[in-house]
Amino acid sequence: MDKPHYEPPKQSAFGQLFDSLFLLVLVFAALFTPLYLKLAGGGKTDLALADTKTWEGLGQNAVQQAQWVKLGLTPETAAPMITSRFDYSFSMVELVITAVVVIGYFALLFAFSKREYREVLEERFGRK
Amino acid sequence: MSQTTVVHGEKISLLRVLGPAHVWALGVGIVLVGEYMGWNFAVGKGGAIAALIACWVAGLLYTCVAMIDSEVTSTVAAAGGQYAQAKHIVGPLMAFNVGLYLVFAYTMLEAANAITLGYLVQTVGQMAGFAEAHDKPFIVLSIMFLAWLNYRGVYATLTVNLVLTATAFIAVVVLFACVKPWSNELLNHRELLTGLPYGWLGVIASLHFGLWYYLGIEGTCQAAEEVRSPARSLPLGTMTGIITLLIAATMTWYLCTGLMPWEYLGQATTPLFDAARLTDSMSLMVLLFVGTMFSTLASANGCINDASRAWFSMGRDRYLPTWFGAVHPKNRTPFRSIVFLVPVALVFAYFAPLDQVITFSILSGLLGYTYMSIQVIMFRKKWPLDTIKRGYIHPFHPLPAIVLLAICSTTYFAVFLGYGTQLVAMMIFFVVASLWFHFHRYKYVRRGDQFTMQWPRPVGY
Repeated sequence: MDKPHYEPPKQSAFGQLFDSLFLLVLVFAALFTPLYLKLAGGGKTDLALADTKTWEGLGQNAVQQAQWVKLGLTPETAAPMITSRFDYSFSMVELVITAVVVIGYFALLFAFSKREYREVLEERFGRK
Repeated sequence: MSQTTVVHGEKISLLRVLGPAHVWALGVGIVLVGEYMGWNFAVGKGGAIAALIACWVAGLLYTCVAMIDSEVTSTVAAAGGQYAQAKHIVGPLMAFNVGLYLVFAYTMLEAANAITLGYLVQTVGQMAGFAEAHDKPFIVLSIMFLAWLNYRGVYATLTVNLVLTATAFIAVVVLFACVKPWSNELLNHRELLTGLPYGWLGVIASLHFGLWYYLGIEGTCQAAEEVRSPARSLPLGTMTGIITLLIAATMTWYLCTGLMPWEYLGQATTPLFDAARLTDSMSLMVLLFVGTMFSTLASANGCINDASRAWFSMGRDRYLPTWFGAVHPKNRTPFRSIVFLVPVALVFAYFAPLDQVITFSILSGLLGYTYMSIQVIMFRKKWPLDTIKRGYIHPFHPLPAIVLLAICSTTYFAVFLGYGTQLVAMMIFFVVASLWFHFHRYKYVRRGDQFTMQWPRPVGY
């Protein structure tokens, strides 16, 4: 059985620094772009209530009111929390695009890994 | 099979000294903080009852994870856990991605811990009359201090983490007992539980944060090479860890939902501490303050340790610049990896909201669980049961893998509801990073070194 051996090139210090910075920039870009564009957790809306100045207007019963007060909140300060709701409406196009991105990612991952894995096995066990 | 690291020409391998209790401490130590913060965002996404259903469904997901992981880990008993498994079963690119999942899940969890700790100090400071108390200095201090401890090698040992974790767990149990769950004296579910505000769609949506109850329990596999009897200790330690978390999660849910309106609970930063405030007991407030501090510190410490080890392993294997694969000559810690990840944790803890940070951590974990469901099927196909010795064989294969994949798919949809942009941004990051690895970085990787187990050639290759 022929066992090929691959000797990788030596990476320069500059190359290592560039790779490290590239990864750092990529991480910050991926995680901060949605925040910067104010798209993160953007699927929220506010309930339209006629009266947000009283506990009754905010739909809070006596027990709930007492707990809000114990937590140090007033109807004015609690109103944004009580009226905030997630907006779960979505378009099918967005859902399909997201599904394609996730499935496509895994398909790419397993396909490229398989190619690399064959090289690893050839060097470990020899060519078949 | 022992993995070694060369330090000054001397080969150092890890010692097999850990038992099931240590495995339990390692898993629960990182995860218990999930009961102190984060889980309650599931209430915000679907209401209190939806969060309980999410807790149990997530428990099922993690039971499948534990079953699958116990088999693979007890067979691929090499340091690096899932990362080492991916190298042997799927290939280098998959291993690179698994390494990134681990680093991001743990680094974001570390950032979330720092945010919670800072917020708690600020809240307690303001309650004590220090109106100018601010969370940011404490966020920076906690990350820098723990990173320094890890750098020096004086990191909290598993025994110390065991004490911190046990204290935090006891605090939850004491609070649960003190609110007298058998009476309506303090708890009032009848008036505070409000059904399903978003209907059944909210139940699915809440599965997103439902994972937070247990996220990181699979970290038990990181100790595979240091466990005396992997076949016995890993499944036992992991499963008892999940049972502990399931009990703690249910108790936490019960007492918090009986004390707070769901709109408050769904957005609270420190729900268990708030629950203690609502009992009007200073002793309980102090206890839950200590519990929250201990759980965040123990978790953050474990996270820095695990994330830097994963980054270090990738550097050592040349998946990342080899500069990261260095061990400190005196402290024997992966010091460059520890330092490199500090700004990442700092920036996110300082600038990003808690729910966003937690979402990134959860997404990294979710990608890992999805991969595990496919990996175990490949593992059984490449090495059927009679071809290699397994420490543990999980029952009902492939049912756990199918259930895991189904729950993961549902959770992607749950994240999409409300946090779709982050999901797509994260996926684009992993696609770009994978292309970078395959077309650029892989040329620096030594092929033969990626397969070290003494196994026969896999079937089909």
